[in-house]
Amino acid sequence: MSTAREQIFAALRQGFRGRNEAAAKVGVDARLARRAPNLVPARAKPEQKRAAVAAFTAMAEEAAATVARVNTMIDVPGAVADYLRNHNLPMRAALAPDPLLDAARWERRKTLEVRKGRAEAFDEVGISLAYRGVAETGTLVMLSGENTPTTLNFLPETEIVILPADRVVGAYEEALAPLRSNSEDGSRHSLPRVVNFVTGPSRSADIEQALQLGAHGPRRLHIVIVDDAAGP
Amino acid sequence: MSPRPQNPSVGLFATCLVDLFRPSVGFAAAKLLEDVGCRVALPRGQTCCGQPAYNSGDKANAKRLARRTIAAFRHFDYVVVPSGSCGGMIKTHYPEALADDRKWLPRARAFAEKTYELVSFLHDVMGVRDVKARFEGIAAYHDSCSSLREMGVRVQPRALLASVTGLGLRELPGRDACCGFGGTFCVKYPEISNHMVADKCREIAESGADTVLSGDMGCLMNIAGKLLREGRAIRAYHVAEVLAGVEAAPIGQVKPEAEEATA
Amino acid sequence: MTEMSPLHFKENAIRALGDAELQRALGNMRQGFIEKRTKAAERLPEFDALRDKAKEIKDHVLAHLDLYLEAFEKNCVAGGGTVHWAKDSAQARDIVLNICRLVGAETVTKGKSMVGEEIEINPFLEANGIRPIETDLGEYIIQLRNEPPSHLIAPAIHVNKEQIADAFRQHHRDLSPERPLTDRAALLNEARRALRERFLEADVGITGANFLIAETGSTVIVTNEGNGDLTQTLPRIHIVLASIEKVVPNFDDAATLIRVLARSATGQEMSVYTTVSTGRKRPGDLDGPEQFHVVLIDNGRSKLIGTEFQEVLRCIRCGACLNHCPVYGSVGGHAYGSVYPGPIGKVLTPALQGLENARDLPNASTFCGRCEEVCPMRIPLPKMMRHWREQEYAKRMVAPRVRWALRLWALAARLPSLYHFGARLAAWWLYRRGKKGRGRLAKVPYGEGWTRFRDFPAPLGKTFQSQWRGPRRHRRPSP
Ligand code: SF4
Repeated sequence: MSTAREQIFAALRQGFRGRNEAAAKVGVDARLARRAPNLVPARAKPEQKRAAVAAFTAMAEEAAATVARVNTMIDVPGAVADYLRNHNLPMRAALAPDPLLDAARWERRKTLEVRKGRAEAFDEVGISLAYRGVAETGTLVMLSGENTPTTLNFLPETEIVILPADRVVGAYEEALAPLRSNSEDGSRHSLPRVVNFVTGPSRSADIEQALQLGAHGPRRLHIVIVDDAAGP
Repeated sequence: MSPRPQNPSVGLFATCLVDLFRPSVGFAAAKLLEDVGCRVALPRGQTCCGQPAYNSGDKANAKRLARRTIAAFRHFDYVVVPSGSCGGMIKTHYPEALADDRKWLPRARAFAEKTYELVSFLHDVMGVRDVKARFEGIAAYHDSCSSLREMGVRVQPRALLASVTGLGLRELPGRDACCGFGGTFCVKYPEISNHMVADKCREIAESGADTVLSGDMGCLMNIAGKLLREGRAIRAYHVAEVLAGVEAAPIGQVKPEAEEATA
Repeated sequence: MTEMSPLHFKENAIRALGDAELQRALGNMRQGFIEKRTKAAERLPEFDALRDKAKEIKDHVLAHLDLYLEAFEKNCVAGGGTVHWAKDSAQARDIVLNICRLVGAETVTKGKSMVGEEIEINPFLEANGIRPIETDLGEYIIQLRNEPPSHLIAPAIHVNKEQIADAFRQHHRDLSPERPLTDRAALLNEARRALRERFLEADVGITGANFLIAETGSTVIVTNEGNGDLTQTLPRIHIVLASIEKVVPNFDDAATLIRVLARSATGQEMSVYTTVSTGRKRPGDLDGPEQFHVVLIDNGRSKLIGTEFQEVLRCIRCGACLNHCPVYGSVGGHAYGSVYPGPIGKVLTPALQGLENARDLPNASTFCGRCEEVCPMRIPLPKMMRHWREQEYAKRMVAPRVRWALRLWALAARLPSLYHFGARLAAWWLYRRGKKGRGRLAKVPYGEGWTRFRDFPAPLGKTFQSQWRGPRRHRRPSP
């Protein structure tokens, strides 16, 4: 007896009778190797970085995220503490153990207690670092990995994301391009286990079609854009 | 816009419903066409476009009728239909139905090319921008689905109706929603069809209109029938009747004189 | 109770039309979804061009589906995933059960998956002692109520908040009777609280897939709640259920489809969470599943390749065709008696379950064409319903009376003189009957379906043809 796989392929090939197999194979291989966006909307091609950051901010806010802007990493803990205090939230957070975030010197901000690591069920606030921001729709791109665990994006009620301004790009394709195997330079790598595109806080309209925030994931998404993340 | 044709010969495809139920639409269409210089004829060979067969899955008969209709109208510059539904059958579905017929496919395509819904023909081909007609009332224009989606009719009737003296126009909130006629659908699924046409009639009434106009007799019979059953004092006319200033009783009603005569 | 079979469409539809609660919900739905989609489409000038591109991508995939599935399998395995193949529902269910058994799973959390509904995975797991918990809020509500979904993207659209409160009180044992559940926010919080525990205790998480990316062997889910992500991040095992047509060549293609999906579905610019998953937890990762399984399910799709129904496999399950369908808007999702309601269901269900089991579905359409107009994948849904009608007619499944009526009429239509004579006769006869009714008829022979709800406008006595050609042609209608 043939396997399910064989049966499925046999049925498919039945439908492809008369196809030029050699040409089909070449076409498919070319398509798989191709690294070229199909059609990118004009709004996803901002002229300069400044416009990209402005567009990102406007779109993220439209998706019910809040956005703050600071100069350097040193200013981040203060901005986070302000946000938590203003929203009457606990001054305790799980923090992504990314070296870039270390530059923020969290330990100097005594009122804010951070624990590096993944988020646990009891964590009410998670702080992580975005890999990219996509101006097109105000979308954050978050990667799984030892420095940025995925649980931070979903378990806590409040999600705070640090986004260096130079990581804002126009389109989704642009955001993911550096992570894909490159057919030109022959580099081969697999994507991180998870790439999360996040646009605003969690929501549901499943109860009488009325939109409510915070269905299972975060009720709030606060984005801190850092203009000069590499700076002092 | 390409130059307006001079005295084109136009074959009027009268449609089954106009032939059987509403001759005044046929006369109105002929008048509108002749007023702008068309030479109008009604070829004898025309019967039905074949849509009922096509939509019931009887493709063989649909193809036969398609070939008949194409042959009956082969000598005209244009074929004009006072219906988006029959027009859509000719324009989109004839080439589709005859796709595997090497001899008839090119003819079906050429035929589709020269076939127009009446009001869009007047507006887009003959360049008509206003009509000399008078109609007292406030009308809601109902877009038939095939006019809208298969024949590209939306602005043309509204533009021409705007030139009718005494007539006000209202837009319906669900103006691109089907009225529930759907050919045999309305008798095969009467409850669903009724729900749809009841919605439509409620919207018409809420718009404040005292008249409903449309370019398709199918929709009009459905809507008029429902309005009458609900006892609403809203008249239904084919758009051509209003544009041509033809005097006729509203659809499903009789003229006061005729009423007296029978009484 | 609604019979869950497309064979009962007519009865179910009539019942739905009389259900006041359902009608209220459908009324809200229609305007909401339609307006939002229109706005989203208008806001993106490239929207229609993106739809063209999206169609082209899927057409290309469907013409090379075997090759893309092979590529997907290879790259998924390379990324640390395991790929399983299922020819039908039974095989798919067995695969899932075996994975669950191997790890001794007791509870399974589930993200929303239409193919999961299609293969009826939940009752099967339950029968085998494993507790499946739906985590999409809408799916969770209908799971508690023991109902099927009634919409592709809003499964509990037919339920009101009082009914939700009842369901929670009945099933949440730890819910204090004093806790008020009168407003929507309280209901959401209660669901969040109850489900949070389930997320944390589950051994296996099952999600669907909106897309599979051949280039990287990744699966993609698109959600708004984040339930899918908790489902696939917290348990040790992640199982993805995906039908074989979900594959796309590469990320650029996925991006194009993503741009049309949310806009068509909910009118959002982008859904909140779009998650690309590739393989299992990596060395050094602080979270994520230890196993990543993808179950590729055929269940009748491969046999559509190369037929007039191939194009239906472009569907990305956005629900726009339902939202814009006047029939769906009148009767809701349950009347269809199948997992896929609305226009897409009218085409897909006969393909998956057999035309003889779903005959009403392709017939119950006015061919208004609104579904095709809004379908982001430009699937010619009415045309495909017509193909089903053609098969029905060819297989002599149409009632003899209807067949004969059609034949007789077609014969007459081919003979103009007979046709015109018949028309004259009918016009005269109906006119005579209509005179008493002042232009309308309350009853016509064989017209019960019409006259039960509507009057029938009577003809005016003479046909247009006969008047036009009559001896005194004066181009005026008879009175
Ligand atoms: S058929 Fe088209 S509109 Fe309907 S669910 Fe599928 S993709 Fe969406």
